[in-house]
Amino acid sequence: MLTESQIERYSRHIILKEVGGKGQQKLLDGKVLIIGAGGLGAPVALYLAAAGVGTIGIADADDVDLSNLQRQVIHFTADIGKSKVESAKEKMEAINPDVKVITYKEWVTAANISGMLADYDFIIDGTDNFAAKFLINDACVLAGKPYSHGGILQFVGQTITVLPGQSPCYRCLFPAPPPKDAIPTCSQAGVIGVLPGVIGSIQATEAGKFLLGKGKLLAGRFLLYESLDMKFRDVEIKRNSNCPICGENPTITEVKDELDALTVCDL
Amino acid sequence: MIITINGKETTIPENPERSVDSLLEELDVSQRLYVTVELNGDILDRPAYETTPVNEGDVIEFLYFMGGGAQAC
Repeated sequence: MLTESQIERYSRHIILKEVGGKGQQKLLDGKVLIIGAGGLGAPVALYLAAAGVGTIGIADADDVDLSNLQRQVIHFTADIGKSKVESAKEKMEAINPDVKVITYKEWVTAANISGMLADYDFIIDGTDNFAAKFLINDACVLAGKPYSHGGILQFVGQTITVLPGQSPCYRCLFPAPPPKDAIPTCSQAGVIGVLPGVIGSIQATEAGKFLLGKGKLLAGRFLLYESLDMKFRDVEIKRNSNCPICGENPTITEVKDELDALTVCDL
Repeated sequence: MIITINGKETTIPENPERSVDSLLEELDVSQRLYVTVELNGDILDRPAYETTPVNEGDVIEFLYFMGGGAQAC
């Protein structure tokens, strides 16, 4: 049952016929894990907390750095040096005391990821490196957890929602991570500050739609955003029968760290 | 001949010998060694890049690796 103050807080949701009181209760009962409390994770955490997603996990081992503040809008100047997950938790709870925030001040690894995502309904990949992106994909596919991939670089972004067993996964698109240092990172090549706001907001939309069970998810469609031309395009993607994890003859049957890609993250 | 690359109609010189791999080189596609190629709706396996010809009217998408967000490993 929603309280009087919840009815007021969520009134703009409740008047939507796709949401209503029942949908708001679904959001309040929903559990979303955000991996990465950086540029992508920041808008996801803020919007999902504001929306009243009842349990939000947030994982990141990093501390807030001055160079983060140009885009990681959940962290403030006074937070420099503080752990990112604590900084994020403070803002999320300040926005909405309904929300239970669970922090994981650790990097995701093959050893901890499966246990971490077990309690959640939907996972957000807000990471910046391919070791983590492939690990998240593999863990979600093997556990049957739906998740949203997001990627950004310079002025362009990409996102896709993965429904394991039903829609193409990240390895259907990219069977293996690139070798270390093959692809520039945001710290090397730059990123326009608002870009993760756009892509992260789309990821948050997908999480909300999933919890509500409404609309058509961005599954089987790879959404590409080019901010300089201000163009969105979605490219239809089919499941890949040769996918090493969700194809006909999978070679990956357990999560493992992609060691060749790991050293990318020596920021 | 005309093909569609990343949603844009593009004219390229006639060349019956052209493979997907040689197209990547000809167009100087970035991330050439790692880019995923979708040809007419199907993701190509990398070993097929050298043996798959490019034909008139093909719809080709180059799909790039993109990181971003937060360090998390």
